Amino acid sequence: MSEKKEPLFSAKNLKLITNPLGAQNPITVQVLGICSALAVTAKMEPAIVMGLSVLAVVVFSNLIISLLRNTIPSRIRIIVQLVVVAALVILVDQVLKAFAYEVSKQLSVFVGLIITNCILMGRLEAFALGNKPWQSALDGVGNGAGYAMILIIVAFFRELFGVGTLTFPGLGSIQIIPQSFYDMGYMNNGLMILPPMALIVVGIVIWVQRYRNKSLQES
Amino acid sequence: MDKQGNSYTFIYATVMVVVVAALLAFVSQVLKPTQNKNEEVAKKIEILRSVNIESTAKDAEAKYEQYIGANAYILNYEGQKQEGNAFAVDLSKELKKEASQRAYPIYECTLDGGVKKFIIPVRGKGLWGPIWGFVALNDDKATIFGATFGHKGETPGLGAEIDKEKFQAPFRGKSIFNKDNALVSIQVIKTGASVNPDHEVDAISGGTITSKGVESMLKDCFAGYEKFLKN
Repeated sequence: MSEKKEPLFSAKNLKLITNPLGAQNPITVQVLGICSALAVTAKMEPAIVMGLSVLAVVVFSNLIISLLRNTIPSRIRIIVQLVVVAALVILVDQVLKAFAYEVSKQLSVFVGLIITNCILMGRLEAFALGNKPWQSALDGVGNGAGYAMILIIVAFFRELFGVGTLTFPGLGSIQIIPQSFYDMGYMNNGLMILPPMALIVVGIVIWVQRYRNKSLQES
Repeated sequence: MDKQGNSYTFIYATVMVVVVAALLAFVSQVLKPTQNKNEEVAKKIEILRSVNIESTAKDAEAKYEQYIGANAYILNYEGQKQEGNAFAVDLSKELKKEASQRAYPIYECTLDGGVKKFIIPVRGKGLWGPIWGFVALNDDKATIFGATFGHKGETPGLGAEIDKEKFQAPFRGKSIFNKDNALVSIQVIKTGASVNPDHEVDAISGGTITSKGVESMLKDCFAGYEKFLKN
């Protein structure tokens, strides 16, 4: 091999992880995967589990497609991608049903709908088909984490102001807003846990990000 | 080999599908027992909730043993006890049979203080898919002590509200028999249109088809228990 060996975490490779967290975020910048982001963010726990599920699926599908990229007949490449993604999603769904039954019930159809999540197909088409496995896996980590991050931020505000608690996997629901606040007349905002508020919170996140990052602003 | 040729494409697709199918079948087999266990526990939680006992995945089994235990049995259409495991009866299969051929499971729950409740499992159709529930009757076999409903995929915010306390609580204290001892079940009606509050609860606005589904589910399922309940 003539090409120079690149270190595993070279600056270029690290960019693959950090870019999707910020200026290339799949939700707030590319506006992909909105449906599930709105649906599962009423509480922290499903948001975290959903984020991890998508992270796992996007990493492994990127990796597998990248490994297969030179063998895939181009006429059926979308079908191949779909089969790989669908298989991984069903694996995740089965594992959740076996080991996190309550959460899997809350996520209901949205785990299955990871298959149609545009982030996955987008990454496979745009990146994994043309890059080496290691870079593709890193790209998957970045995009999965970027997706999970937004879900968790949105869920944090929605649950905190909507119910006054934060729910973590394995820890259960933790009361964050003290009883004394309620005694003084503070009230949970029921609107926060309804779907419209998810859209508004995502909108606020996008606004804050564009305000801080001038390069994202359209002229 | 030509990677864009028909035979390559065909073989590629076949091999891939077989590999994926084998993998998924294997995983499904390995995880099946754990999943079934989870479903059983979830069912026990629902049954207990119909008699207003809250439980979690951890203590549901113990509480089920304590309050119901072996006091679950199958009735036939005539209201006589049958052999068999009531908990294992699959209502979706039973409902496909003739009413007189069905197995009618019933759970007898003894609460603290020795009060007896009869829990009847119900199942029917909502707007998008199956809906189900458990209705607990007092020992007069007529007044509802508690009800809990679940659904596969009703519209969130509308029909899906049947699994919420707000919809379920009004069922408490309603009677499924009228003064003449005829089975009238429970009507789900528009708010304010009440004529006979003893047998009516409020429907969910915007969730009419699901609400009506609950109504016909109760009517159909209670009908099979009529002879038992009148005894």
